[in-house]
Amino acid sequence: MTGRPLLQGRGVDRRAFLAFCGTMAATLAMPQSYVPAIAKALKTAKRPVLVWLEFQDCTGCTESFLKASNPSVGGLVLDTLSINYHETLMAASGKDAEALLAETVGNDRGQYIAVVEGSIPTKENGAYCTIGGRAALDIAREVCSNAAAVITVGACAFDGGWPSANPNPTGALGVSSALPGAKLVNLPGCPPNGVNITATLVHFLTFGSMPEVDGLGRPLFAYGELIHDTCERRSHFDAGEFVETWGDEAHRKGWCLYNMGCKGPETHHNCASVRWNDATNWPIGAGHGCVGCSEPGFWDADSPFYGRLPNVSGFGVQTTADEMGVGFVAATAAVVVTHAAISIVRDRFKPEPIKAAAAPVKAAPPPAKGPPV
Amino acid sequence: MTRIVIDPITRIEGHLRIEATVDGGAVNDAWSASTMFRGMELVLRNRDPREAWLYAQRICGVCTTVHALASVRAVEDAIGARPPINARLLRNIIAGTQYIQDHIVHFYHLHAFDWVDAVAATKADPAATARLAQSISAWPQSSAGYFKGIRDKVKAVIGSGQPSLFANGYWGHPSYRLAPEANLLLVAHYLEALEWQREIVRVQAIIGGKNPHPQTYLVGGMAIPIDPNSQAALNMERFDQIRGLIERAKAFVEQVYVPDSLLLAAHYPEWFTYGAGHRTYMTYGDFAEPSSDISAYRFARGIVRPARGMHVESLDQNKIAEYVTRSWYAYPNEKAPLHPWEGLTDPKYTGPNPPYDFLDVDEKYSWSKAPRYAGEPMETGPLARLLVSYASGRPEVKKAADGALGTLKIPLAALSSTLGRVVARALETQLMSGWLIEWLDQLIANVGTGDLRIHDGTFWEPSSWPGDCQGWGSHEGPRGSLGHWIRIKNEKIENYQAVVPTTWNASPRDANGVRGPYEAALIGTPVVDPARPIEILRTIHSFDPCMACAVHVLDLSGRQIVRVDADRGAGW
Repeated sequence: MTGRPLLQGRGVDRRAFLAFCGTMAATLAMPQSYVPAIAKALKTAKRPVLVWLEFQDCTGCTESFLKASNPSVGGLVLDTLSINYHETLMAASGKDAEALLAETVGNDRGQYIAVVEGSIPTKENGAYCTIGGRAALDIAREVCSNAAAVITVGACAFDGGWPSANPNPTGALGVSSALPGAKLVNLPGCPPNGVNITATLVHFLTFGSMPEVDGLGRPLFAYGELIHDTCERRSHFDAGEFVETWGDEAHRKGWCLYNMGCKGPETHHNCASVRWNDATNWPIGAGHGCVGCSEPGFWDADSPFYGRLPNVSGFGVQTTADEMGVGFVAATAAVVVTHAAISIVRDRFKPEPIKAAAAPVKAAPPPAKGPPV
Repeated sequence: MTRIVIDPITRIEGHLRIEATVDGGAVNDAWSASTMFRGMELVLRNRDPREAWLYAQRICGVCTTVHALASVRAVEDAIGARPPINARLLRNIIAGTQYIQDHIVHFYHLHAFDWVDAVAATKADPAATARLAQSISAWPQSSAGYFKGIRDKVKAVIGSGQPSLFANGYWGHPSYRLAPEANLLLVAHYLEALEWQREIVRVQAIIGGKNPHPQTYLVGGMAIPIDPNSQAALNMERFDQIRGLIERAKAFVEQVYVPDSLLLAAHYPEWFTYGAGHRTYMTYGDFAEPSSDISAYRFARGIVRPARGMHVESLDQNKIAEYVTRSWYAYPNEKAPLHPWEGLTDPKYTGPNPPYDFLDVDEKYSWSKAPRYAGEPMETGPLARLLVSYASGRPEVKKAADGALGTLKIPLAALSSTLGRVVARALETQLMSGWLIEWLDQLIANVGTGDLRIHDGTFWEPSSWPGDCQGWGSHEGPRGSLGHWIRIKNEKIENYQAVVPTTWNASPRDANGVRGPYEAALIGTPVVDPARPIEILRTIHSFDPCMACAVHVLDLSGRQIVRVDADRGAGW
């Protein structure tokens, strides 16, 4: 079956469809010449199957997914994918829901995309999270090991998220630690931006492989640059123009939030460029510092969140800017010193591109836990 | 007698399991079990109280914003910080948009398929559907061509062999009552709402950078600057954007959500007789702005027991206590409940090792505790708010409720039911969409006086705090009454607790064997086919469960905490 009649059968307006493909190409930072390839991939006769697992989660990543447009979830559900299992959204309940998961694992073995939201508890034989009487780890192992691709969404599925923050009461783990050796693409963030979730899916559907990732399994298209380097307030940082008090003139003018605890200098994410909620805004644009939610162990490593880098515990930088002998009094000196401190940070989290097709993604190292605060 | 298990209960937030026994075509007993635990309060201990909201907000991403608000209020109550009026109004605007997004998603995406048969919708006549749509609403998207397009699209997906999210629904169940045209109308609005729901939360992105989990709260105010003469602050261009988004939301609420709710309710009259449960309702109250007085709350505070008359009993939070007799925690005396300030938590799983077929419901069977008010279970949420505010004489609530009761030709008492919750939710969404415009107008008027304050920094530095202090922050979130309790010692969180709407509603039995609200509401619910228990879903979904919220842990210290201003809480 060719694409066009199929699309018309699904009630898709061809123009809207091509617009969507164009948006996807832009999100994935690909030239518009890729639009036909994306369109072709999305016109296959059998829709690709997706199952979405929720464990120790808050459903915030699902909500974020629902906030994506181009494609919207409605479009994905009706036109592009067959979402065979998603507890929050599916019509079926109870054993009829679990049957759909079992059928997918059985019938679409090696063909389906698995998305995991939420951490996996390991204490008490997994009794801290059961679905249909089964432990989360048991379900994750079966579903992920038979998938064509596994995408973790959110900080919790990435490395345990806040459930694993000190003292980690339930032995919560991210998927990479719970299922060592699993080939993953990680979309950390609390939550990740919905457009990055849909773009990763479309990339896979288009090219048949996952996007290139860094050493932590994060796609370079979304996590390849530091927020600090793409921030619209960067010029104020460079000019030594800092907010010192909430609501002061500098805050109203949109100066740099570094002194208010912003973690943008150590955070890899594309928030500044793609922004959130149909490109409406992003946290720094709304006057609050970045909290570093796409970095490993950020709930411990970046806290206190209102502490200025690099004074936060667990940051691993022993010498603070102040101890270097130069305060933030003189703007020029401040910039030099701050850049010095940040370069240390950047080196620590420097992404190392790995070709997804060439080598399995390395499991994320244990989160950089700071001492109890 | 048939024993049935529904696990997972889907189309909710989180992990809920219902076990029930059915006899003579109706539920004769039920057990509500929460099957996931994380331990937020343990994670919060020893951290900076000013950042507690960032963690606490992540209790739930569906109820995003609500825990952030309760958290900053709790800390403000403890340290004495007073957010400026601009910040309080901005908080209300975020909260109001949360109501609208949350309630509409609940109605269409979490609840509708309990009443709406998507397969039957594919048999509808588009022209008749258009006539139906135009008879109940002026919503412009109502042509026969539009409904034909939707019908054909849904038909194609369901008939494709890959029905996606529609797979294995209880389609064709004899309990479905709507004509094909009403089914198609609601399926069309399911799809419209799926597109639409992301619009209203753009207000939260303007103010807070993003949704879910907007990032703008501060202890003592908000982080979004206001300056009519700055490009990097809330200015008139941004206010105009917010107004446009609210006005479009208001139109959707008034022309789609409310008429659809009433249409659905009119076709299922018997569901105003099922699902009542204990008929005891509690609210903390909220939204006094611009006043700071409890008596000015737009949603009144109090307790109502309609079976004993519509008298409003004033709420005393000291009467709240939680049992763990049937929950997977240990207390020294398992028969006695503890007030949150005396709380004790020792998570102790005693259930069957997974995988299991049944829980031992004669013993402990849930990660949710059992909160009780003066020993009684309480329902909280939209229905509780409607009844308490109605009985308190709030004119707007009374007018909205009386209008709906007249349309549906039912008495006030019928609202204590499965469908009563659905109707109450729609009515308060309508009220909220009007209040949002009032709050925006108040904010702009105040900014017009030259007041640009968004934060009171008097108590920002922890060195300004008492060495030892404690507070309570309350909020009426979309799902009901939310309370956060905090104790601060030497600038750190010594103890943090959250008692959440779904903890009240989804609670298991207490030491006296008294059922929680879900469990009580299910008694007598008809079940035509135990293999396809759609009726149980109707009643459970009518509460809008949020299980991530429901499970929390309490103070490990077991210390008595004394507080002077115990009844007030920080409600601003």
